[in-house]
Amino acid sequence: MFSYTFKRLLQAILVMVVVAFVSFSLFNFVGDPVNSMTGEDASDQRRDEVREVLGLNDPVYIQFSRFLGNVVQGDFGISYQLKREVSDLVAERMPATLELVFVSALLAIILGVILGVYTGIHRDSFISNIILVISLAGVSLPTFIIGIMLIYFFSVILGVLPSFGRGEVTDLGFWTTGLLTNSGLKALILPSITLSLFQMTYVIRLVRAEMMEILQTDYIKFAKARGIKTNIINYKHALKNGLIPVITITGINIGTLIAFSIITETVFQWPGMGALFINAVYFVDIPIMSAYMIMVAFIFVLINFIVDITYYFIDPRIRLKEEKG
Amino acid sequence: MLFKKINKIYDTDIGYSFFNSKIAIISSTIFLIICLCSVFAGIVAPYNPFDPATVSLMDAFTPPMWSEGGSSSFILGTDQQGRDMFSTMIYGSRISLIVGFSSIIFAMVLGVFLGVTAGYIGGMYEIVVMRLTDVQLTIPSILMALLVYGIARSIISQSMHDEMVMYVLIFAIGISEWPQFARVSRASTLVEKNKEYVSASRIIGLSNILIMFKHILPNILRPILVIATIGLALAIITESTLSFLGVGVPPTTPSLGTLIRFGNNFLFSGEWWITFFPAIFLIVLALSINLLGDWMRDALNPKLKKR
Amino acid sequence: MSFLEVKNLDISYPTRKETIVASKNVEFTLERGEILGIVGESGSGKSTIANAIINLIDPPGEITNGSIKIDNNELRDNEELIQKIRGKKIGFVFQDPQTSLNPLFKIKEQLIETIQTHLNLGYQDALKKSIQLLKEVGIDNAEKRIEDYPHQFSGGMRQRVVIALAISCEPDLIIADEPTTALDVSIQYQILELLKDLTKKRNLGVIIITHDMGVIAETTNKVIVMRDGFIVEQGETKELLTNPKSNEARSLVISVPPTNKKIDRFKLISPDGKEITSDSKNLTKNIIKTWGIRENKNQKLLKLTDVTKIFDDRSLAINISFGSKNESTDKVVKAVDNVSFELFEGETLGLVGESGSGKSTIAKIITGLVRPTNGEIFYNNISLYNSNRKYQIDKSRGQIQMIFQDPYSSLNPRFKVRDIISEPIKFFQKNISHNELTKNVYDLIDIVGMTRQSLDRYPHEFSGGQRQRISIARALATRPLLLICDEPTSALDVSIQAQILNLLKDIQDELHLTMLFISHDLPVIRQMCNRIVVLKNGSVCETKETEELFNNSEHPYTQELIRLMPKIESII
Repeated sequence: MFSYTFKRLLQAILVMVVVAFVSFSLFNFVGDPVNSMTGEDASDQRRDEVREVLGLNDPVYIQFSRFLGNVVQGDFGISYQLKREVSDLVAERMPATLELVFVSALLAIILGVILGVYTGIHRDSFISNIILVISLAGVSLPTFIIGIMLIYFFSVILGVLPSFGRGEVTDLGFWTTGLLTNSGLKALILPSITLSLFQMTYVIRLVRAEMMEILQTDYIKFAKARGIKTNIINYKHALKNGLIPVITITGINIGTLIAFSIITETVFQWPGMGALFINAVYFVDIPIMSAYMIMVAFIFVLINFIVDITYYFIDPRIRLKEEKG
Repeated sequence: MLFKKINKIYDTDIGYSFFNSKIAIISSTIFLIICLCSVFAGIVAPYNPFDPATVSLMDAFTPPMWSEGGSSSFILGTDQQGRDMFSTMIYGSRISLIVGFSSIIFAMVLGVFLGVTAGYIGGMYEIVVMRLTDVQLTIPSILMALLVYGIARSIISQSMHDEMVMYVLIFAIGISEWPQFARVSRASTLVEKNKEYVSASRIIGLSNILIMFKHILPNILRPILVIATIGLALAIITESTLSFLGVGVPPTTPSLGTLIRFGNNFLFSGEWWITFFPAIFLIVLALSINLLGDWMRDALNPKLKKR
Repeated sequence: MSFLEVKNLDISYPTRKETIVASKNVEFTLERGEILGIVGESGSGKSTIANAIINLIDPPGEITNGSIKIDNNELRDNEELIQKIRGKKIGFVFQDPQTSLNPLFKIKEQLIETIQTHLNLGYQDALKKSIQLLKEVGIDNAEKRIEDYPHQFSGGMRQRVVIALAISCEPDLIIADEPTTALDVSIQYQILELLKDLTKKRNLGVIIITHDMGVIAETTNKVIVMRDGFIVEQGETKELLTNPKSNEARSLVISVPPTNKKIDRFKLISPDGKEITSDSKNLTKNIIKTWGIRENKNQKLLKLTDVTKIFDDRSLAINISFGSKNESTDKVVKAVDNVSFELFEGETLGLVGESGSGKSTIAKIITGLVRPTNGEIFYNNISLYNSNRKYQIDKSRGQIQMIFQDPYSSLNPRFKVRDIISEPIKFFQKNISHNELTKNVYDLIDIVGMTRQSLDRYPHEFSGGQRQRISIARALATRPLLLICDEPTSALDVSIQAQILNLLKDIQDELHLTMLFISHDLPVIRQMCNRIVVLKNGSVCETKETEELFNNSEHPYTQELIRLMPKIESII
């Protein structure tokens, strides 16, 4: 167990270091940080001062380790455009994004698994076919179109749900949440549906394919030959095997959800990190871009680390392989 | 002769499955029509929306011909600049398709090359390539594309932006999709590599390049084709999303995403058609490709023989 | 009234082109305490009948006619009754123990679940019974092992668990579909003994489906021979094997390699009862013309000295990226351990051993597919590996060729047969003219007994035996001196095996080839080889002339292998 966890942890750290290096390269090699700080028409002397202050005259590895040190402490520098600490900007906006992503992930996975299992078991039923057609439409509908459609229907025509913003939020000091107020919850409905739909259809299709494959394996046939009841075969034997890949994609899912929240936040004017990031892309605000990239990668790696550990408990094959080693 | 050929195709399992699947026939027909229309946009579209001479601001906001105030010269109405919606959409789909196809081909060539070589050669090289896909997967495609786009903006000088934007898009989307191809082709190569026909080729003494690309590659094309199809839909959607976010193709040569972005501003004031038609067009395009990919995946999967 | 009565059974698989008849007019009976064997070549419909009894035919197959009665209860179209009977009255054993058990559930859970489905027992009683069952099928330390997951058991032990599951609810009938095909000889023997034992002790009716006449001879009381869905002959096992009446049964019996003597060639009978003869002598004339006349000088062609291969399966990724070396010896496998032998021109040397004996790894080392960890390989007195352990393929120039086990993966499915055979010719003769090439390809396809029309087809259009012929043609295309045959017939039916073995003997005689013949099948080895090397866990047990080995082997392992191999002669 320990060596398994240790290995995974090392791998996770390696991935993070690579991402940090890419992000560091962004800072140093893309555009000119001195220009960004001083403006195009600063004097050479002033430029040299800034170079010295920024430590740009040091060897690259020293710069990189300094960068790493700063990142670990949550220091991502100062936004070129907004002239504020990036870490403050991110901290202000992170709760909005994470709440949206969390609710959407729950929706996508729970509904996705239920519908996927159903369509996998009842492969030719009428309801399955309807679910499949809808799921295919879900894959083909770009997120922003879903958002626009939902706004048009529920906000413009019916006028029952807000079309933008987070509603009323409660400040918990370190965190602002919209989950505690009525208007906050209402405001969350459309964006979270928009964000989760694509991933949900993805989960449905994956679970369905997995269930169908498992139901054709020898051990299912052997279970049938032993007279085990169909429901037990479907919901105990097949389901447990079928859920293993779901755990894997849950990890990837959440990273994707964060990325797609950029679009959802744009459509619904949701005050989260995505809106901050897209603005940074317009103005080539490198500190925000690299901070965002590191944040997303970190969340992704963290979740995948948890997923790997979960695997260890669910799949005895991995557990035993590792215990041997 | 042609008839004989069709009969032969029909005789294969894939051909049979195709001709017996209404979904496959309909979706491939729609996709083909859209492709043809965009290739021959100059002939199909009644106006050239990029030619300022044919556009008049006087015609702006004309509704579709069947609604009140519509005009028979603009079947689907006009946009805020007075461009014919139908023509703009045809030209817009052309850009969407060019970007979609080019980026997926770019991703496929890169990914398949790295995947096959990694799977076949193995060792340190394989580890590096696969770690690279791991790292790449931590950054979802749309985010990757945005990052590449942002970086490119700062490298390329301002005046070149509009010219270069198409290549930047193709590169950005392509680079975000290659790990899929690399993973699938590596996995398939690992399977094929252990088959005895590869051993036989090695014993004869054939070179590794020949074994990888003449012997193994044709045998792993099926899964690659499936992800390429699904990837094409994804690339088109990503392109339109980027354009919708305002970081895609410039408004002077709008793609479907750009059209929806502009139309979105008029949705609340009642000019629904400016966003509605491009959106529907985009959905139909993506749906037809996805349906085709879906059928392909089932038809090419030997494990899922239909009952 | 018999215990099991199958009458007039028709099963068909409708496909889009035609309706395949999987069984037609099948009739047989079975009593308690009796073992019935169903034998036939692949596609004869033997498994379909087994599946039909418990109504688990793979779709779209269906029973179209007939009746299946157990204790005079009709099973056909009575899903409710079958549900109750599956696992309770009828136990089933599948071929592959590796895939028959759900990998995510402990043995305990799978046993208790089955028991509680059919018997009215509480958890503790069911657990007790499960442990009892594991003991009965010969699993040591059952109290502890019941907590294990399937993959913690070896193949043979897993098949025992499968049998425990099959008998867990006191069934009256056991159906075993190729129960030992995936297992080694010694384990096969144990499993068959276990089945025989259970039959006697519990007074069971047993149906064993197999393609192996040796298994039939040693275990069954009655036998049914099937072909194309029909029963061509049935009767008492001894009577049928000694005096087969139908052509099909005769063909099956005489194609089986005898275990007690060496014969020159197998007699081959076509379905209409005529003898098949080959005239490879005439066909090889052209080849000999292009190759030039070869003579056997009985010189040493190949020599292995102290060859060792260690597979180090520790996770490379982690070690390289982090340098954390945790020494764990059980991921390090010594597949080949100090193996030395010599091979002389014109002879056939057999490598025999069970799975894991390292016999295939040796073939891969000789052909350069796997690098040895230690030791030297000399071909014509030239070392095949240089000082960096890199294979020097140009030292042998295609003179070492190999024929593989699996005819379905040994030919590139995207190549036409013509391209498969001509590629090696073109590789070694870059300037060959088109006519010359065509002539060469024709000669090769002729000699392996295929029509020239087959050249323009793809591998999937051929049967396993035909594909193996194509493989042989490809191997001959480089004009080899040494042909390595790695289990060339173990995926084939016996009558096809006999044809391929005859073909190999013919071309060896005519073309003066030297052969290294690898097999787990002792009777086949006996028919093919002059000398034999017996391998166990990577090392050589003994090397002897063939007849010497079968008559006076010295090593206890060899003696055990010879004793345990199923013998068709045992009954005659």
